[in-house]
This record gives sequence, structure tokens and C-alpha cells, in this order.
Amino acid sequence: MAQAPALPVGFELPLEPRLPRIGSIDQVALEERAASLAKRSIKREAKMFALELAVRMTDLTTLEGSDTPGKVSALASKAIRPDPADASVPSVAAICVYPNLVPTAVERVLGSSVKVASVATAFPSGQSPLETKLEEVRWVIERGADEVDMVIDRGAFLAGRYAKVYDEIVRVKKACGETGLKVILETGELGTYDNVRRASLLAIAAGADFIKTSTGKLSSSATLPVALVMLEAIRDVYDETGRRVGFKPAGGIRNAKQAVQHLVLTHETLGVDWLTPDLYRFGASSLLNDILMQIRKEKTGRYQSPDYFTID
Amino acid sequence: MSRLPVRKTYKLFIGGDFPRSESGRTYAAEGQNVARASRKDVRDAVRAARSVFPKWAGMTAYNRGQVLYRIAEMMEARRSEFADLCSGPKEVERSIDRFVWYAGWADKLAQVIGSSNPVAGPYFNFTVPEPQGVAGILAPQEPPLAGLVSRIAPALVGGNAVIVVASEPHPLAAVELAEALATADVPGGVVNVLTGFRDELAPVLAAHMDVNALDVSGADGDVAELERLAADNVKRIVRGAADGQSAWEIEPFLELKTVWHPIGV
Amino acid sequence: MTELERKHDQAPIPVGWEYETAPESRDIVTLRERYGHFVGGEWLEPKETYTTISPATEEPLAEIGQANEEEVQLAVQAARTAFENGWSSLAGAERAKYLYRIARILQERAREFAVLESLNGGKPIRESRDVDVPLSAAHFFYYAGWADKLEYAFPNRKPKPLGVAGQIIPWNFPLLMLAWKIAPALAAGNTLVLKPAETTPLSALVFCDVLRQAELPPGVVNIITGDGRAGAALVKSDVDKIAFTGSTEVGKAIKRQLAGTGKKLTLELGGKAANVIFDDAALDQAVEGIVNGIYFNQGHVCCAGSRLLVQESIYEATIDKLKRRLQTLRVGDPLDKNTDVGAINSEAQLEKIQELVSSGEAEGAEIYQPPCRLPEKGYWFVPTVFTNVAQSYRIAQEEIFGPVLSVLTFRTPDEAVEKANNTPYGLSAGVWTEKGSRILAMAQRLKAGVIWANTYNRFDPASPFGGYKESGFGREGGLHGLAPYLDFE
Repeated sequence: MAQAPALPVGFELPLEPRLPRIGSIDQVALEERAASLAKRSIKREAKMFALELAVRMTDLTTLEGSDTPGKVSALASKAIRPDPADASVPSVAAICVYPNLVPTAVERVLGSSVKVASVATAFPSGQSPLETKLEEVRWVIERGADEVDMVIDRGAFLAGRYAKVYDEIVRVKKACGETGLKVILETGELGTYDNVRRASLLAIAAGADFIKTSTGKLSSSATLPVALVMLEAIRDVYDETGRRVGFKPAGGIRNAKQAVQHLVLTHETLGVDWLTPDLYRFGASSLLNDILMQIRKEKTGRYQSPDYFTID
Repeated sequence: MSRLPVRKTYKLFIGGDFPRSESGRTYAAEGQNVARASRKDVRDAVRAARSVFPKWAGMTAYNRGQVLYRIAEMMEARRSEFADLCSGPKEVERSIDRFVWYAGWADKLAQVIGSSNPVAGPYFNFTVPEPQGVAGILAPQEPPLAGLVSRIAPALVGGNAVIVVASEPHPLAAVELAEALATADVPGGVVNVLTGFRDELAPVLAAHMDVNALDVSGADGDVAELERLAADNVKRIVRGAADGQSAWEIEPFLELKTVWHPIGV
Repeated sequence: MTELERKHDQAPIPVGWEYETAPESRDIVTLRERYGHFVGGEWLEPKETYTTISPATEEPLAEIGQANEEEVQLAVQAARTAFENGWSSLAGAERAKYLYRIARILQERAREFAVLESLNGGKPIRESRDVDVPLSAAHFFYYAGWADKLEYAFPNRKPKPLGVAGQIIPWNFPLLMLAWKIAPALAAGNTLVLKPAETTPLSALVFCDVLRQAELPPGVVNIITGDGRAGAALVKSDVDKIAFTGSTEVGKAIKRQLAGTGKKLTLELGGKAANVIFDDAALDQAVEGIVNGIYFNQGHVCCAGSRLLVQESIYEATIDKLKRRLQTLRVGDPLDKNTDVGAINSEAQLEKIQELVSSGEAEGAEIYQPPCRLPEKGYWFVPTVFTNVAQSYRIAQEEIFGPVLSVLTFRTPDEAVEKANNTPYGLSAGVWTEKGSRILAMAQRLKAGVIWANTYNRFDPASPFGGYKESGFGREGGLHGLAPYLDFE
């Protein structure tokens, strides 16, 4: 029989509630609210700032079976200097790679501010024994990964085995030690917004430093309504406990317009405090070039062509 | 030298596109060569209808009504072309007005055909009409335009997707209508128009296991055989007026769903 | 490889993000300097005029006619003539086509009318663009479809048009209220004289151009403008029916006036709706619903959720979320696409709101208003919440018709029902709970003509709207909205 694990220090439950009410989400109202926030347009000065912020908050990602050291090296260069023609464009926050590519990644970003995030725990499916998942986490940390992006066991979650999901996150967090842990919920598989909120609160209770929407391997990923649900969960935890947990939308954010919409959503829900790479990341690959095109357009006044931006 | 006209190719209308019959055959009707659909074309048409059905049924009734109104708009623009292909302007006007008439039903069916039912217990109980799905329609051989419109409009307004076998001796009006449909914001596959031999196509449609209803109002010949073939998946057989309009022409293409829910704090 | 620089996250974060002003251009609207009355398809030079303004800037927009009894009589006569000479004998299918034309033209001129509504009335362009204008077009489209199907609407009855209808509409949804009145009246075969509100005549007057484009026969629709005096003249005139939407006080006066005359009447009056939040509600969405219920259209809504009835066990959580949400509401230029709350419609209305709000403070309620920068000119009121409100306070009893919410609590469903129904009004109510059976139980027990469950302020031409008790009688929208315009003798 599964045993409820000991809660990590700081999560003792006194008589007063330490976690927000789980509650329900009304789909229609939520989607409408997200859609109306998506129509906001921010001031030009703020827009430029938002675009550069988006670059600084990007986890530039490659997660393909066909990734090689060559591919990752090129990615790392791009991550450090996204626009060779414009030195004022800052580096991205991190590059995100598969475990085998961590050593190359670490070597290539050495000396820069770019961090190395590694996926782990049998990404993307999560359908492997816990021991192998933990081993993978230790392995990438030993080789220099600064952050770990884990996936939750969706099969267990959908089968109602919440304690198992919780336990795994707790153990992974323990294996991470000081290394930052992002917990991927794979919202596209969870089925309802109610489940997204439940999974968010569960992951945060288990020790997540960041909650992340998706692996990017499914077509339906970081939509604005899903982001709103997760941001509200983060806000409710902060209100209840004072703890700040970060948010990373990943998958489906392909252009600057969408990125800015996400930032607006965050600003409306959590305020300015979360608009920093310490608490917000975009998981993206093609997004970066679109942001660079928009930055150059704001600076020159001309619409840009993709030809003028390096692929990597 | 007078100018040489560019001749029209009369093709089928399937999934919003105008393909020739996969069999490559044609037949002569009204002095033209018209595509002669095969059983595989029927298969493709049913597939197209089934695939778009959730989208069509999922549109708001208001939206569907607007689409049907736009069909009338597009037909109005082609009045003289239509008049040459049927008995004349009166039939064309009747057909256009018929689409306008049916367009207005989309967002009223639930109020006239549906109901809230006062059951003897603490339950809220309501009945709503829903489309059946995919309807196969054998257009009346005459009148070539009004007959076609009189049968497909009631099926469409309730949210069904339709495969219609055009009049065999007078198929050109159906092809013209297909061209109007293609510009009327109708999602591809909601209406599929097959020209060809009635006794070749009707049994295929009647026997198809993924067709929910068969409209035999325009069938001539052995309707009993069609009904026998239709029995294998318990198709709804619809018999209506070849050239009329009524809310009760819509009703046979609808299912009725009743929902219960307890009332209590 | 080039030399790498060590970069730090040093860029400063702005104190607050400003949204871009995203103004909708006014150019699309062309206004005349002066409008007369639209009678018998022609513009009648008015004897007396007044000025209509933009409430956001107090800028004058046009000179408008103030109809006297004689001018009203001319309009009624034109309607009568049109009714007798053709409109009543026109086939339903043809009447339908006129209405479809009007719907399609409104759709085509949607942007123009949206800007006009916001300009003349003060409501945010987002609302006029996304709600008012589309619903107006939809209303015409819906009723067009009934014009030739009346025999299906009332089993075993043979409906006929009444004749000439006199219609008086308010300033809160000028074009939409016009559509709610004109569409069913025409579908049923009547002709009419309509008087828009004194402060918002422009969309009705520009609508006359839509009628011209649709080639509607002259005299079928007549528009006269002016204040309450013109309305009174219309009520007294030789019409067969009066339809009035407006204040309860005036509604009662009209009812008294028509007593014994045999004229048909429908009234859509005020409300003081309760928005009831249970402890199992989807709370963030419920808060959106509260905000939508009372701050949509600056609270100038008869069915506004102006009383929040929140279950005591979630009182703190709800009020915290509500106050936080109020801080992100943007009050400002109605033509700015980012604006949430626009201008108060008139100086008179602003004074009424201010008076009632003062009474609330005087009676002991606790007031909360988010920090808000208001423009210099124009009529504005900050979205307001009163807590610690007793049922007996004026702010809980009287219709404020402004962006002011009064919060009361309850403990059990029975208590919620009791408090919600404890009002002479009965137009609408809101219920927020995830429990289906409770939605239905509350719907059954709340005495209101429209119950919104887990949503608020939803309107549709197919959905009948109207009140219980002093909120009026008769329904607009849906099959039931036809009945007031038909004679079943």
C-alpha cells in the first residue's frame, strides 16, 4: 500500500490551511477572460522592454532524437548572442537539452550568463520506473546542469494516484538539492482546467520551484487559458503562504505577439514581481527569431524578413 | 469571326472541391457531358460529410442560419443562369425564397420542436432537437432546382451534412447550385452533389453504414428495395414534399434528446 | 569562437506597465450638424431643437429635434397610413426580406455604429463593438425569420398585427434597444413610431439611413426625438400599443395614463438584481462575473448584478479577489479599445449616483474605490464597492444605475433566496455554484424573469427577457417576444 511520504520542511500543515482551496474552474468564463486580456495592446516603450525581457526569459530549446553535439553547440552560440548584428540584444536565460547533450551544453556556455537546463525523468512520457528517473536526475546534475525540467506521471495522475505523483516530485526535488526544479504538467493530457489547477497545486506542494505547462511534444500546449489557470494557482499559493513559484509556458508560443500576450496575462494576474527570469521562462525554439525580428522592427521602423536572422 | 466560347466542365461537388468522377465516366444530359459518379465517389462524399459534420452541427444556430441566407444571396446573383436550367424564373425565385425561409428556422427549431417537460418529480427535464448526422438525399427528378432545394434545405438547417444525388435527366441546375454553394461560406463537405445514374447510386447510399438518414422523397422505382438496404443500420427513412416547405419537413431529419437533472440544494 | 561576455540580469523593471491607448478612429462616422424627425420616409424640419453631446468630453455632436404634440401626431399618422396602405397586406416572406436586409446592412456598417454608440452614449468601444452592434444585427436576423412563420408560433391561434406601435427606449443600449423594439414589431406586421432617449438619439437617426438603404417603404418606421414630453405625447397619441423601457417611475405613470384606453402595453423597467455566490463556486470566474455584472456598461443596466450576496464562509476570499480585480479596471476614453469602464451617460445621472453613494456612506456602509485617474472633462465615476451593507440601506434598495456594488452576506440557500427576493423588483438574478441541482433549485425559487447561472449579462435574440413584479411585464426576444405585437382576437 502506498505510504504518504513525509512532507519536506516548511510544509507542515498547521490547523490553518496552508494551501489554497482547490475549487473549480468554469471553462467558458476562463476562456473569455483569457481572450479579452489577449486583446490588450501595451505602450510602445513598454513593448520594447517586453521584447527584450522575453529574450532574457527564454529557455532556448532543442529536444529532438536527432540532436547532436554540433546542433547543441550552434544553439549555445545563438543563446549567448542571439543577434550577431546587434550586440545590445541580451543573452537568453538558458538552453534546454536532453541529458546526453548536457556535457556539450555546459562546455559551450561556460563564461556566459546562460544556464543549462536539462530535461529528465524519462522525458517526455514519464513512463519509467522511479529509480531510473532519479538516476537520470543525479547524472545530469553531476555533469553540470543548472536546472532540471521533470515531467509528472500523467498516467498515475489520471488514474487518481495523486500520492504517487506527489511522492515522485518530492524525491526528484530531493535529488536536485540546490538545483532548480521545474515540474512539467503536460496540460494537454490532463483533460480539464480543474485538473490543471489540481496538478499545479500538487506540484507546488511537493516542492516545485517552477511549474511548466508542456513538453512541447503535443500539439496542444501553452494556451492563454491554461496559463491563466496556472498563474492563478501560483497567485493563490503566494497569497496563502508567501512562497513564490515560477511559471514556464512551453510549446505553441511561436511568435512575439503571443509572447507579449503571455506577459500581459502575467502582469495582470501576478503584477511586475514575476516578470524576471528567476520566476518566468518561455520554453521555445522558433520564438526567439520572431522576437529578434520584432526588436529590429521597433528599432528601425521596418518590417523584417527571416533571411536576416541566423537559424542558429 | 465570332468569339469561341470556353465550355464548362460539369463535375461533382465533394468536400468543397469539384473533382471529376474517380471512374472517369460521364453521361450526356441536357446536351452536355456531365460527370457520372461511381460508388467510390459516394464513399468519398460520405467521408467528407462525416468529417465536417461535427463542425457544422457545432456552429451556433444563428451562424447556420446566416450561411443558409448567404446561399440565397449567391443564388440570387445567378438568377439568369438558374432560369435557363429549370422551368424558368418563377421556379428560381421560389427556390431562393425557400432557402431564405428555411434559414430563418435555424434558431427557432428548439423553441418550436423542443420543450421543457413538467415531469412529476423534483427534476428539471428538457428536450432538445439535434441533427442526425449524415443524410443521403435522392433529389426529385422534377422540378430540377426547386425539388433539390426543397429537400436539402430542411436537412441542412437542422445541422446535418448532406449527400444529394441530383436529378438524372436534369442535373445541370444541381451543378449550378454547387457552384453557388462554393461561394456561400458553406464549410466544405456540408453539401455534396453527385450527378449520375440514379439506379446505380441510390442503392450505394441506401446501404452505406455511415449514413444516418435516407430521403426518398425524390425516389422513383423500387423504394422498397432501398428501404430494405437501409435497414441494416436502421437508417431513418424520410418522405417529404417534392416542392413544398414546412417546419415538419425539418423534423424528420432531427433526433430528440431529453435530459434530466435533479433540483435540490 | 568569439569572446563571450558575462552578462547579468540588470535591466530595470518598469514600475507599472502602461497599456497603449488604442483609440478607434472617429473618421468612420459622418454626422450632420442638425437632425430633424424621420416621418413618412422624409426628414421633417423640427420646430425646436436641443444639443446632444459626448459624455466623455462634453463636446457637442449635433442639434436634435424636440418633438411637440403636432410633430408626434404627424409621425403616428404616417405610421397609420403605411400600415393601412400596404404593409399589413404584404406577405410575411417579403416583410422578412426587408428585415434580413436591415440585418445585413447593420453587419456591414458595424464599425461605424459601434463608434457612434460609444461617442454619443459613453460606453467602451469594446462593448459596443463586441456586444451592442452584433446583437442588434442578430436581433433583426432572428425576427426576420419569424415574419413568415407566425402560424407556428402560437398553436391554435391566428395572429394578426396590432397596427401602429409607439415605442420609447432608454439611453443605456440605444441601438440594441431600438433593435429589440423594431424587429419584432415589424416581423409581426406592425408599423411604428419610435422615440430614442434624449441623451442618445444619434444611432437611431443614423439608423434611418439603413432604412433608406434597405428601401423600407416610407412610414413603416418613424423616428421622433426629444425628452420626456415627446414620449408623453406619443403615449397619448392614437397608437394601438405602447412599448416602454425605462425607469419604474415613468413606467407606472404610463400604466396609469393608459388605464381604460384598451391600448396594449409592455414595460421593461428597473431592477436591483442579486448576484448569489455559493462557497463551491468557481471563484475566480465568479469574481469576473461579479465585475461583469455591475461594471459592464458602467452599471447602466437594468439587470445589473448590483447586490452581491456572498456566502459568509467565502466572504474574505471573495472580497480580496474582487478588490484586486477592481484595481485592474481601466476607466477612460470610451473610444480606447483598452477601456473597461466608460463615461457616465449624463450629468444628471452622475448626480444621482453621487447622491446615492453619499447616502451609503452616511448610513454606515464601508466604501472601497480603487485608485483611479479620471479625465478632466466629461462625466466619470470610479467603480465602487460597498461592504457592511444592510438590506435596509438605500444603496441596497434603490436602483443606482451606476458602477456601484453593494455586498451582503448569507449563510444558507434559504437565506440567500429570502434576501434575493426581498425587493419590489424582479428582473434578473445570478447564481454561482458548481452544483447542478443547486443551480436548478435556485432558478426555481428566485423571483426574477432572467436567471443567469455561472454567467451574467448574457443576451440573445432567441432568449426571452423581461421582469417580474415592478420590473415590468412582457418579454422581448425569443418566440415569446412576438406575442406583445400580435392580435389574437
